[in-house]
This record gives sequence, C-alpha cells and structure tokens, in this order.
Amino acid sequence: MNAPLYSIPGSAQAAATPAPTAVADGGARTVNEVLAQSQIEAVMDELERDLVGLAPVKARIRDISALLVIDKLRRNLGLEAQAPSLHMSFTGNPGTGKTTVAMRMAQILHRLGYVRKGHLVAVTRDDLVGQYIGHTAPKTKEVLKKAMGGVLFIDEAYYLYRPENERDYGQEAIEILLQVMENQRDDLVVILAGYKDRMDTFFKSNPGMSSRIAHHLDFPDYAGDELLQIGERMLGGMHYRFGPGAREVFAEYLGLRLKQPHFANARSVRNALDRARLRQASRLFADRDRTLTKDDLSTIDVADLRASRVFAAAS
Amino acid sequence: MMTNPTGRLTQGQFSFLPDLTDAEIALQIEYGLKKGYAWSVEYTDDPHPRNTYWEMYGNPMFDLKDAAGVMLELNACRKTFPNHYIRMMAFDSTRNTESITMSFIVNRPAKEPGFGLSRQEGKGRSMHYTVHSYATDTPEGERYGS
Repeated sequence: MNAPLYSIPGSAQAAATPAPTAVADGGARTVNEVLAQSQIEAVMDELERDLVGLAPVKARIRDISALLVIDKLRRNLGLEAQAPSLHMSFTGNPGTGKTTVAMRMAQILHRLGYVRKGHLVAVTRDDLVGQYIGHTAPKTKEVLKKAMGGVLFIDEAYYLYRPENERDYGQEAIEILLQVMENQRDDLVVILAGYKDRMDTFFKSNPGMSSRIAHHLDFPDYAGDELLQIGERMLGGMHYRFGPGAREVFAEYLGLRLKQPHFANARSVRNALDRARLRQASRLFADRDRTLTKDDLSTIDVADLRASRVFAAAS
Repeated sequence: MMTNPTGRLTQGQFSFLPDLTDAEIALQIEYGLKKGYAWSVEYTDDPHPRNTYWEMYGNPMFDLKDAAGVMLELNACRKTFPNHYIRMMAFDSTRNTESITMSFIVNRPAKEPGFGLSRQEGKGRSMHYTVHSYATDTPEGERYGS
C-alpha cells in the first residue's frame, strides 16, 4: 500500500525486472569476462608475487575466488544460490603472514563483490570484551557495526575464551559474534587468527564457532630459502641491499637462527635486518670525515651481519 | 484535521512521502556515510514539534563504513520501541558545520491522534494559542498503546 511513486536507484530496477532477464548486470557469461570486470587477476598476481611460499594458503584462496567467480556467472543466468559462508580461521606460527593475507583477503572479496566495502577491521580481545557486567555487548556490537560491509579480523582469537574463569565476559562476546556470523553472512566476513595449538583448544571448547567457520587455513612455517627471499624483499622495500658476500652470510645466519628457540619466521627476519641496519648506521657514524655515497648508505656489509650474537653463540 | 489531513506527523526529511522501506532507509544511510556523517538513532513518544531533543538509542555511530551496521541498531531500537517515533540523525563533524545535517522519521505509531489547538485567555481580551498533542494526555510509556 505504501508503494513509492518515485524510483530508487539500484534496488527498484532489480526488483522490477524479472530474474531471467537480469543479465543487464554486467552480463558476463565467461570466466574471463568476470575476471576482466572485477580485476581479480591483478590481486591474485600481486599475492603470488608479494608473498613467498604459503602454497596451501594460496591454493585455497584460488579455490575461493573460483567459487565466487562461478557464483557470479550463475547469478547472471538466474541460478540463485545462497551466498557461501566465508568465515575463516588462520592458524600458524608467529610471523607466517596471517595478518598480511587477511588484508589481501579483504581486497579480493571486495573485488569479487562478496563484501561491499572491502575494509579490514583488526581487533583483539581488548576491543571486544568489556571490563564489567553489561560492558561487553555494546563494545562487541560497536566493533561489529564498524566491520559491516568488510572483514573483521580477530587476532589471537583464543584469548576470547578463558576456561579458567567461568565468569569471564569473553563468552558473551563469542555468543554475539556467533549470532552475527550466522544472521548477517552477506554483510560481514569474520577471520579468526591465532597459533595452531591454542586455536585447536579454542575450537574444541566452542564447537559452535568451529562449525560456523567453513575455511580452516593452516599457515606453514617458511623454509630457509624462503626466509632469505623474504629478507631480500624487505631490504628492497627499505631501499637497502646486501653488499658482496652478505647474502651468503645472512643465509648462514638464518640457518643458525632457525635452530634457536622463539623463532618467529618473517618477524625474526625483519628484526635481524633492523639490527643489521643499526650496526651499519653506527659503522658509518664512526667515520666522521668520510663522504658517504648513495651506495655506502644503502649497503649492508658482511661485518654488519657477522656482529650478531647468533654467530657468537654458534662458535 | 485541517492542518494535517493525512493524520501523520510531518517532521524532518521525507515526512510527506509514504514511509520509507528498509532498502530506501539503507540507501539514505549509505548516502550519509559517503559524505562522512555519523548516524544515530533517536526515539520519543512526545511528537510536539518543539520537542527537539529526542532520546538517543545507543551511542552515535562513528567510523562506520556500511549501512548494515546502522540498520542493525535501527532494528534493535524498533524491537525495543515498536510504538514510538524513531528517527535517524546524521551528524556532520566537519569544522564549521558540526551539526545535524539529515534527520528523518523511520518508525511511527500505528495510530497518530494528532494535535489540538488550545486557547488561553490573556490580559485584556488577548488570546494565546498553542498546540497540544492528544497523545501526551496519557503518561510517558503508555501512549500509543505501548
């Protein structure tokens, strides 16, 4: 009875035209047409180029992309299907690229039109769980509202559940999350991340959470040569480079560091490089009267790496 | 009633149009978000035109990207106050504006009794006129059969 007398952009036309003739929306009939429209290839190539290793993760992302592309083709022909659930969990050791991939995931899903805005809201327990009774629900809901239309990334999600304290407010946050994950699948993609073993116990004690997550991705540790490649890319990004022989020394360093405890993959590589930069800076600083060329300023020498305590401990 | 032939409260934007559907409300919200406004939901059961400050439902929503988040809040408010007036407000925080830029009613009671004109005898033979909402004859919370 309240039918409007004016046209609404977007929704009105979609409602007015019957489904089979709704090919007007892009009208893509082949995979290539969808790819050309969404420019998804560019993101995928970037992913392939920028991220070293992570073969199983890349394969799964390709699968998901393929499903979304095919879904788009099906929709164009009027074959309706419920949107697939794309909530994910990323498990893996520290520094294996979980956050980086989540960032890319938001981009990919946006290009494919699965999420409307494609922004990433990264939160931890502190942002979801309140300090006192009645504080948690509004806090969690506010975060969820901010993440609508994009991707909600919950880092170290296992902290949400504290079995040792039965009055912990984390449980309340989990319940609200579950409800939204189920009811608003079209509006929001939730990605949980954390270390493998602790996430496993988290899922075991929250079976509802586990079953609502369709994709469990495990991030493998990097091999030695992959870490070396990552290191070189990091240096390149900071406009540094290895001097003669330094690359081999860094490979040797990684070999030794891998055997030591608390190795955090890419993060350890970055820390090692940052320390090498410090040593390079003080080496150049010591020589006050020298004219420094661009080459001098951007080269990490063997000596900068050799000074690491990892080598001292090994010998 | 001569002043209000439709028997509906006309305040804010779109109030002479038929009620907006949820899809239309979402489009308006989307428009506001694109302009960088912060949305909030307000409700009242006192429809007097000079009742400017309605009660706010929840907090104003800053940093939102998508209308779905605002609709979540609106639907929660509708569930709590099905027979109240509910309006959406868009706050523009741009310097020198810092004010409400959009405001429209998204929920109204099933039956709106409207306003009566009341007269007060003043000094001499002067007359003072004011409008009075029939709904406010009953106490707060009991108006509109809620």
